[in-house]
Amino acid sequence: MFGTDLTLFEEDERRFTAVLARLCTDSKSRAVFLIDKSGQLISSAGETASVDITSLASLTAGNIAATGGLAQLLGEKEFSVLFHEGEKDHLHISVVAQRGILVVLFDQRSSLGLVRLRVKRASEDITQIFSGMAARTQQEAGRGRAAFQTQFAQITDEDIDNLFMR
Amino acid sequence: MSFINYAAREINCKLVYYGPGLCGKTTNLQYIFSKVDPNSKGKLISLATETERTLFFDFLPLELGTIRGFKTRFHLYTVPGQVFYDASRKLILRGADGVIFVADSQVERMESNIESLENLEINLAEQKMKLESMPFVLQYNKRDLPNIVPTDELQAALNPRNVPWFEACAPKGTGVFETLKGTAKLVLNELKKKT
Repeated sequence: MFGTDLTLFEEDERRFTAVLARLCTDSKSRAVFLIDKSGQLISSAGETASVDITSLASLTAGNIAATGGLAQLLGEKEFSVLFHEGEKDHLHISVVAQRGILVVLFDQRSSLGLVRLRVKRASEDITQIFSGMAARTQQEAGRGRAAFQTQFAQITDEDIDNLFMR
Repeated sequence: MSFINYAAREINCKLVYYGPGLCGKTTNLQYIFSKVDPNSKGKLISLATETERTLFFDFLPLELGTIRGFKTRFHLYTVPGQVFYDASRKLILRGADGVIFVADSQVERMESNIESLENLEINLAEQKMKLESMPFVLQYNKRDLPNIVPTDELQAALNPRNVPWFEACAPKGTGVFETLKGTAKLVLNELKKKT
């Protein structure tokens, strides 16, 4: 179902952000990130300015991939939750809908129990949004290129060359 | 797995540098990192051993600019080349939009090149991917060293399909950006076909 490329439209982005913002508030967390399993950031909420999000996304995806490898080695389908405990900040990382990774950054204002509880509800909402996206992408693929109405299909070799001219 | 974000008008693609141990994958990334405008790049992350051999991966996010209103971002990854890190290599290959195979041009490394290329095909097959059907380029690195294999022999051994190939000397930067550009072109054209 999710073996295809990921296309995120404004509406999905808004829905993801709303879920993450609520999760951030409800779980009293510092920040919340939703990352694609290949290491791309999908959406985030909370105090994200002080975090190098691109690096966080890539390392988290690597972490989940390595843990998934360990799980398979031991005959488990996956280890769906990871918890990293620091002196001040902690990370709760969980796999959502098989393709997303939900990262919650929290400190002493919250607790692991509260984060786990809130993550569970948010995961259900995120799964629904992913399902909607997958269904829509299939529909759009069916309607063909014209209906997709993207400027992207008009890209020329010259455009690509220009990317390297700077 | 490419990621088109219409909300932020961004295209994100993942490129993986593959090849035998010590062929210069990390050096490619280090050169790119050293030459790119600081505003266009993120941190270069290297998960390496104390002896600077890649343990898990190197990662460099790169923003190439805007194309038809879309910000174009490439995430460059290297795999650990040493044979016994195969499990890690498989993980990093997941979701790759394009692969750059860095071959070591030295005569004594030919066997390792062939072995690594076979390993790449096996690992892709495990993920139901095929080299033939994805953006793929070859880089013949270390062309400045003595005792190198002529390019026609490298071509015959490693590139039967005659995909784009580039000669390089990664520490000096020769061929590094040409290889990246060649791959980016294939990846974006592939993406274009899909939309």
